[in-house]
Amino acid sequence: MSSTTDTLGLASPRSPRSTPTGGVNWEKWGWIYMRASGVILVVLIFGHLFVNLMLGDGIKGIDFAFVGGKYAAPFWQIWDTAMLWLALIHGANGMRTLVNDYATHVVTQRVLKGALLFSVITLLTLGTLVIYTFDPCPAGAPANLLASFCPVV
Amino acid sequence: MSKTETGSHAPGALSPTSKRPAGTLYRGNEGMWSWVLHRITGIAIFFFLLVHILDTALIRVSPEAYNAVMSSYKNPIMGLGETALVGAIAFHAFNGLRIILVDFWTKGPKYQKVMFYVVIGLWVVTMLGFAPRHLINVFSEVGN
Ligand code: HEM
Ligand code: HEM
Repeated sequence: MSSTTDTLGLASPRSPRSTPTGGVNWEKWGWIYMRASGVILVVLIFGHLFVNLMLGDGIKGIDFAFVGGKYAAPFWQIWDTAMLWLALIHGANGMRTLVNDYATHVVTQRVLKGALLFSVITLLTLGTLVIYTFDPCPAGAPANLLASFCPVV
Repeated sequence: MSKTETGSHAPGALSPTSKRPAGTLYRGNEGMWSWVLHRITGIAIFFFLLVHILDTALIRVSPEAYNAVMSSYKNPIMGLGETALVGAIAFHAFNGLRIILVDFWTKGPKYQKVMFYVVIGLWVVTMLGFAPRHLINVFSEVGN
């Protein structure tokens, strides 16, 4: 039996801290990220919900032309980009905590964390591309479905 | 928590003289329930967000495709679901701020229980402001 662990493999109170020296403490930065992103997300998400659900006709007013009108302003593009990145990484890092807590096998943990990483990378790429490549006035679309600033052809 | 002290004790009890595990910051009572709710709401919002990024991506497909999917968000059953979603977000957000205060504010741990009831209060006020507005939108014929 080693001097620093008992038969259960638990570190005894006197054993030195097991954090590898010199490396970045990722768990600490994850912990800080959850709090920093949380504070900003309160503003971003409440703003998002207020504009989309409370103002105007609320949910009944949301359609292609509504989104066209919003993304015509760089303000909302930046707003949504920040919300996308902060919320998705916050949520996925939170889900990683749940995997650590509930998945008991190393293989299960690996698979689940791999799936999380894959979905985050895919959706961040997709969501960001959507915001910046969006064309509010696609050629050939019926004018009544488009924002009022689209040229009538 | 000065509950009646008896001889027998529940598994996990910290004190052999107490029937209930002693309340700590995160175990038992408000501390634990806020954590359970925070977890469940966090998971629910995460899965919503996955779908939500995909449905928003339809604006790159065609106006018709996006409008078709959005119209399904406007029926009364989905309207109730959206109300539940906003309820989940509001709780997670307010309680998240409470967690941050417990961690960083020196008096946070002392007032964590009071702050839990503040969270509930803010949640009720938010939902009183939001739910009638949203449900009237969803159940009325406007914009259909
Ligand atoms: C509205 C603003 C938000 C605030 C203030 C907030 C705050 C927090 C905080 C402080 C934690 C605890 C982290 C820890 O214990 O280390 C947390 C956990 C979590 N959050 Fe958020 N959050 C917000 C939005 C979101 C969103 C949008 C999602 C989903 C995409 C989400 C999903 C989660 C998950 C899954 C956890 C892990 C729960 C657990 O470990 O029990 N949160 N949040
Ligand atoms: C029922 C409630 C919701 C409705 C009706 C709604 C509606 C919309 C609409 C219409 C857009 C298009 C652009 C815009 O308006 O800014 C959008 C985009 C977005 N929403 Fe929401 N939203 C809701 C809830 C949420 C929540 C709770 C979150 C965060 C967890 C969120 C995060 C986002 C993000 C990140 C985008 C940008 C997606 C992209 O990059 O393509 N939304 N939402």
